[in-house]
Amino acid sequence: MSAVEPGRARSLLDYYLTRGRTQIQSQFQYRVATYMWLIGMLAEPIVYLIVWTTIAEQQGGEVQGITTGQFAAYYIVWTLVRNMNIVFTPYGWEWRIREGELSAALLRPLHPLHDDIAGFAGWKFVTILMWLPIAAVLWLLFDPVLDPTLLEVAVFSVAIWGAYLIRTMFLSTLGMICFWTTRVSAIFELAIAVELLLSGRLVPLPLMPDWAETVAAWLPFQWSFYFPIQALVGDYSTRELLGGLAIQALWIVLLTGLTLFVWRFAVRRYSAVGN
Amino acid sequence: MRAALQSLVRRQHREVRAVDEISFEVGQGEIVGFLGPNGAGKTTTLKMLSGLLYPTSGAAHVLGHVPSKRERDFLSRITLVMGNRNQLQWDLPALDSFELNRAIYRIPRPQFLQLRDELVELLDVGDLVRKPVRQLSLGERMKVEVVGSLLHRPRVLFLDEPTIGLDVTMQKRIRGFIAEYNRRYEATVLLTSHYMADVEALCKRVVVIHHGKLLFDGPLARLGDKFAAWKTIDVELQDGGADLSGYGEVVESDVGRVKLRVPRAETARVTARLLAERDVTDLTVEDPPIEDVIEMVFAQEKT
Repeated sequence: MSAVEPGRARSLLDYYLTRGRTQIQSQFQYRVATYMWLIGMLAEPIVYLIVWTTIAEQQGGEVQGITTGQFAAYYIVWTLVRNMNIVFTPYGWEWRIREGELSAALLRPLHPLHDDIAGFAGWKFVTILMWLPIAAVLWLLFDPVLDPTLLEVAVFSVAIWGAYLIRTMFLSTLGMICFWTTRVSAIFELAIAVELLLSGRLVPLPLMPDWAETVAAWLPFQWSFYFPIQALVGDYSTRELLGGLAIQALWIVLLTGLTLFVWRFAVRRYSAVGN
Repeated sequence: MRAALQSLVRRQHREVRAVDEISFEVGQGEIVGFLGPNGAGKTTTLKMLSGLLYPTSGAAHVLGHVPSKRERDFLSRITLVMGNRNQLQWDLPALDSFELNRAIYRIPRPQFLQLRDELVELLDVGDLVRKPVRQLSLGERMKVEVVGSLLHRPRVLFLDEPTIGLDVTMQKRIRGFIAEYNRRYEATVLLTSHYMADVEALCKRVVVIHHGKLLFDGPLARLGDKFAAWKTIDVELQDGGADLSGYGEVVESDVGRVKLRVPRAETARVTARLLAERDVTDLTVEDPPIEDVIEMVFAQEKT
């Protein structure tokens, strides 16, 4: 007699909730380390913020229409969006393939990507909770201009999860290169460099040259970084906000399709080494 | 260094077959020992049968499925336990990992709770499943690992060195548990182990492979007939100091007791001669221990 019951969607939801909960439990055991790590990650946006604030002050209080208060808002929201962008990396794929750690996941009647998505999603809840006091301190220090509408808050709340899925699928596809070559760091570093420039992570996209903005429009990076930030701090119309979510959804579908397509061939190359 | 530089220009490839034309069938409810030295291809075969590896040629069927397709129904009915591999959440009590398995395998809660408690009781791990896994010893972890692997009540168990690194008591416990699970659920078990005690206690049938090729498939008891060219004769004599080297190779000699090694074909004749010519108080003819037989199998294969 089989021990399995039907109802795929309900079962999947049950799995996501259970996996998310176990991840939250795990993560809370390392809350001090997580806090240190969150604080350590602040260095990057604070450097960007100080640089742009200094430039803006030298140019009469703004750079291409972006005021110091808007820069502050951008980079404070940046810290949360950056956390949402942390997903299972190609280095993780390299490790799990080289060490045979993927074996346990492959033995389960569930695609390993579900485990990655659910596990990191659980982790996000912990980091969001821990981020709130950090954001409050940054708010007091940098005096941001932020006055979002209810719709902007709602779109932002959805968009950060869209960003999470886009980046998960993008980096999973990249990570799966490890099924063909053992060391993926060179390719990964190159992709991260392109992403850094064309996502809005280094600078808000309107400050980039026109050609860079044109290239960025055809890539997924801004939809996992610039768009969620701007949804909250920018001045998008309702059409732009909902259109942005639709484009995010399109990228999720495209990248998920690509990930699953590559996976079909990649998994055949798994050698389950390590024991 | 020269080889490294050469590989930049002309990379050489060599195909090595980890498993080569192995063919065998295992019936429902059987426990089969899968034997071979390190690197023989045992784990590779288990990984292929459990769907982890995609074979370059040949076909495997388990429970009517092709394992490499990794269909949900197939994966829901098998398990692979590797003695040196942890599948539980490191920072959490095993109970939480069990709960995760319930969700993964879609086990109805009442059935899950019943089987979980049954397995926990069988392996006597009631206290252990409440401690974070990282705090458990190797043996304790293995026991809870086994519970976690069986919660979905698999029909086929692939066990790769399930008792590796465990003390004798713990090994015995795991062995007893496997036998009980097999009896209770009529599960099929394919087991690799370097501990012959595991094989002798659990497997009536063994499959021996070496260098990826099948050497033997049959009852454990017949392994000696095929590969051991000799038997041992344990003789107790009235005359303690007698020299028995004329009957066979003296392996051990104690006061009044001699152990002889004689060619298998000569056993009956030597036994008859001993009984006729010597003042024998006791005599036992034995097959060599299974460890020695296995060693002989691999030694014969090398030559």
